[in-house]
Parts: sequence; C-alpha cells; structure tokens
Amino acid sequence: MSILEGWLGRGAVGLTAAALVFSAACQPSAQTGSGAPSVQGQTPSGQQQPSGQQQGKVTVQPPANAAQLAQLRGDIVIDGSSTVFPVTAAAAEEFRKYARDVRVTVGVSGTGGGFKRFCAGETAISNASRPILVSEREICEKNGIEFIELPVAFDGLSVVVSPRNDFVKCLTVAELKKMWEPEAQGKITNWNQIRPSFPDRPLKLFGAGSDSGTFDYFTEAIVGKAKSSRGDYQASEDDNVLVQGVANDPNAIGYFGYAYYIENPGKLKLVAIDDKGNGNCVEPSEQTIKNGTYQPLSRPIFIYVRKQDASRPEVQGFVNFYLSKSFTPLIPTPEIGYIPLEDNIYAAAQRRFQNQVTGTLFPNGQEVGATLDRYLR
Amino acid sequence: MVVGQIPAQQAAEFSVDLPRRKAVGWVFIALGLLSILFALFILLLLLYDVVHRGLPYLTWEFLTGFDSRFPSRAGVLAALAGTVYMMGFTILFALPLGIMAAIYLEEYAGDSWFANAVQINISNLASVPSIIYGLLGLQVFVRVMGLNRSVLAGALTMALVILPIIIVASREALRSVPPSIRDASLALGATKWQTIRHHVLPYAVSGIMTGNILAAARAIGESAPLIAIGALTFVPFTPNSPLDLFTVLPIQIFNWTSRPQEAFHDVAAAGIIVLLVVLLILNSLAIFLRWRFRTQF
Repeated sequence: MSILEGWLGRGAVGLTAAALVFSAACQPSAQTGSGAPSVQGQTPSGQQQPSGQQQGKVTVQPPANAAQLAQLRGDIVIDGSSTVFPVTAAAAEEFRKYARDVRVTVGVSGTGGGFKRFCAGETAISNASRPILVSEREICEKNGIEFIELPVAFDGLSVVVSPRNDFVKCLTVAELKKMWEPEAQGKITNWNQIRPSFPDRPLKLFGAGSDSGTFDYFTEAIVGKAKSSRGDYQASEDDNVLVQGVANDPNAIGYFGYAYYIENPGKLKLVAIDDKGNGNCVEPSEQTIKNGTYQPLSRPIFIYVRKQDASRPEVQGFVNFYLSKSFTPLIPTPEIGYIPLEDNIYAAAQRRFQNQVTGTLFPNGQEVGATLDRYLR
Repeated sequence: MVVGQIPAQQAAEFSVDLPRRKAVGWVFIALGLLSILFALFILLLLLYDVVHRGLPYLTWEFLTGFDSRFPSRAGVLAALAGTVYMMGFTILFALPLGIMAAIYLEEYAGDSWFANAVQINISNLASVPSIIYGLLGLQVFVRVMGLNRSVLAGALTMALVILPIIIVASREALRSVPPSIRDASLALGATKWQTIRHHVLPYAVSGIMTGNILAAARAIGESAPLIAIGALTFVPFTPNSPLDLFTVLPIQIFNWTSRPQEAFHDVAAAGIIVLLVVLLILNSLAIFLRWRFRTQF
C-alpha cells in the first residue's frame, strides 16, 4: 500500500501551500536602518509621522441615533476594490460597535470585479477606486440596477525612492512619463537619461501589477492612457513587495498607495511631483491631497449603493454612519491611512444619499485630477 | 531457488572490486540523506519563522475575536469557524459519493468501455487546477442554483475539488484487499453485495478513511476555488446557517499579508500556526485511524 507515501506527499503539499502563503507574507523584516539617517524633503506639515499611537488622540462623535442603531438587524454585502477595502472594513468594524446585529461583510474582488457583482444584483454596496465605467453602467442599466454614487475619501498615489537616494527630490510628470511609457522599454535604463544632472546609475522601477486599479490610474495620469506602460519593471499586486524593493535599493523608484507610505515612513522617501513642469513641486500629504494641489496622482475613492437597498434601515444606518463624524475622523489614522474629504463634501454626499440621487457625476468614467466640487452643486 | 553456475569465462571477466562498489553505495546514501536534510531544513526554517513571528499574537483573544484594523485586536474566529463549518459540509457531500463511486468502479464496473472512460476522466480531474472548480462552482452553485456565496456553495465546490482524490484513494484501498477474501466469501454463497459489505469494506476502511481525511486536509489549505466563488474577506461573525456568507483561514491569512502594517504580517503568521495546527490534527487523525483499523491478512 502506498498510503503512507501518499500521506507524506500530500502532507508536504499542504505545508508547501501554507509556506507559499507565508513566504508571500514575510518579506524578511529588513530594516534600512543604517542607511537611512534622515528623511529628506518631508512636507513641513509633517502630519504623517505617527505610527500607531495616533488613534488614541482622534475623537469621534458617538452617533446621535445609537439607540436606534442597536435595534437594527440584517445583512449588508459589500465587495469591490482592494484600495477601498481598508476604509469600508474599518467603517464596518466601527459600525458593529453600535449595531451588533447588522452583519456587514466586505470582499475584495477589485473595482471591476465588484461592479460585475454589483450590476448582477449580488451586492448592496460596491467599493470602487475609480468612478463606474460607461460599459459597467450599461450592464447595470440592463439589469435594472440603479445606484447612488458616494465619494468617501482620497487616495494619493505616492512616488517613492529609497532614503539612500540623495539626488531625486522632485520629478515632473514629463519625466515620469519618460520613465514609464511603453516606448521606454529597454531604452530608458539609466537615471541620467531622465535628467542630465542625475548620476550615471541604473534605473530600477517598481510598480503595481497590471490587474490593479492603481496601475490603471497611474498609467492614465502619467502616460496619458490607461494600462499603457512599459513591461520591464518589477511588478507586484502586493504593495509590500514594492515597499521592500524600493526601500533597499538606492537606484530604485516605485509607486503605490499613500497608506503604504505612511506605514513605512523611515524606510521610504517621497518624491514631490511637478504637475505642470513649472518648478512647482508638491509632495503628497494629507493637506495637499485634500485640497487638490497634489496633482495628478490624487484620486477620490467611492462607494456605490444599490438604490433598491438604500431604503433598508440597516443600509441607511451604515451609510449615514460611514459619512458621519462618527467615522470619518478615523480615516487618516495610520490603521486606515487615507485622506478624508472636506466636511462640506461629506455633507453633500449625505444629502445625496438621503435624497436617493441616482447616477454618476463622472459620465465619462475615469478622470485624471478629478475634484469633487461637482457634488456640491 | 537454485543459483545458476557462472561460467568460468564470465567469472574471470567479473571485476570484484568490492570497496569501489561499496563506496558508490555510500555516496548514494549520503546524497539521499543530504536531500532529506535539505528539505527538512527549509521546512524547519519556515516553521521557525512562522512560530517566532506568530506566537506573540497567538492569544485567546486571537482565537475568539474577529478581524480588526488593529493588529492587536485582530482575531481568527470567523475564518476558523468558516473553515470548520465548510469542511463539515464538504465531507458530508464528498465522502459518501466518493466511496460509493469507488466501490462501483472497483467492484462492479469490470473492464467495460464505460468504466475505462470514467476511470480516465477521474484521473484527469484529480489533476485539474482547483481554480477551475472554483469557476465551475461560481456558475453552477452560486449563480444557477442561487446559493449565493454561502457556506453551502463553498462546500459543494470544495467537494468537487476533492471528489476525484477521494475516489482514487478509496479505490486504492479497495484494491489492496486480497482477491482471495472475495473468492472465499463468494464460494460460501454470499452475494456480491454481502461480500463487499461484510468482508471487503471492513478490511478497506482504514485506507479509505485515511485517504478521505488527507483529501480533506488538502481542501483546508485551498484558497483559489473559494476566491473564485467569492468567499469574503471581512466577516465579523461566525456562520450559523449553511446559507450564511463566510470566510476561511487561507483567505484571511492572505488578506493580512497584503496589509501595509507590518504587524499584520505577524498576525498572518499566527493565522498560519492555527492553520497548521488544524492540518496536523487532521493528519494525526489519519495516522490514528490507519493504526486503529490496521488489518493483517
């Protein structure tokens, strides 16, 4: 009998599977330590320094309708973008403190995958790191799904280098384009090709994998066309891999969501972005992302609520809680790491939800450098 | 047996050179030992890393709490309950079906054209990547049967994944029962079913159970098919009906590893320890059953 053999074989497979999951988890906890004495070019505001302790200081108002929330029950199924996941999951976690019998579940199928389910009527709320596309809207319409579009926060894609990189402080969009456009493949391989004053060093690129919304947005904002990028760079869907790669290599440059920068402040150095090429360099920070001066890499993130579900009391309770002062002050804490919207935008979003205003204010889908003033009108 | 005489001519050509032949033997022993030590070393290294990082987070609160954005508060309960609940249903579906299929193929089907076709297909299915079953499950169970992304849909999908493995393992166990036992039973006038029921199955049961448990252990580590059917990530409750939404350990671990906070990577290690313990329990159970029902012919 070869069962024992079989056992050994399969046991090993099981362990290997666990090991695979694990090795993805555990990049050696490399400290850049020695080579990272100071982080240059920090924004003067410097409010993104904390690492874990800030939570205690943030105060949130308990919801006025707490007694009512405690009475609610039901299920709210949410799916969609992995970028929006931390915000919505945190909202669900906080909401549970007040409404114990409402079961909010949050999945991660990507913005596109989320809309597929949403427009098939499978979810009540869809997380989206970009506005709904025209093609997705048509599917929703065909299936009779109406939705309420609500902005919930900003994300600032951050371009970062290693703290040991002492020559890059600011890059223009044109320079970033030169680095990342498809034509650069195999040709632009040295820092001095980007700007003659840069040293003669190999250029090592780290970026989002082609399945992520981050990749779509970065390519659209920098190269000018979504999904148009060179292919010869270190790509990963797991931003932690990118963080490690950039942190340890003085010749590397990479991009990922702002949350991953705040979580690794000593390990990475932000690159300021010069949008117009006129010497006006702006670094991402809570302030510059919020007031729209960090361009073109800041983007709003959304939730889409199905109209058919919007009148359910538990969905009402959850969405109102999400947009209220009971939750939004937590959005910039390091555990979430996103940039909250201005108060008047949240107020406008709440009104939009109360009045059940359906449809999108982004009729053409994704826009680069979109501001949210349109919700005020 | 009689060893034939070696003709004198051949004996002369035969080079004895015993030391050299023995040396070659030793080299192979050393190589074999080295290979296994290397594999064990890697395994131990991984285990050490997991335990070293995960142990501080492996508290009672971790086992009884739900996911949180604070690493110190994050718990594995929803995933653990989801895994156990889903596996219970998976075994419920896959076990009887798999064993009955194996009995039919091994004992009744004979050498027909149909049996051969089924056999080849099952062997092929056993090696189909599990994500394919996930896509099938998504269409059939989630969409067409309208089970949504429930424990039931996950269990049915997982049952499909392990069914071929169960059938193959069960057949192997049945085949290991000596034909003489069947012949003796049949010769005494027992019917085919009586023979199987009273003689073949009792002898094969240890092998069948072992194979089934190991198939289940494999299913516990699978995440691809469940990601395809959309098992969720943030689930702050334990399922209390087969139609509830759920999450499982591998998905929860994967989610923790992809968070920006480094502390979550240690939480993931704690989750891996839990997963490993569940797997070890199942594997020990398999060894125990094998020992308990061991039969000598």
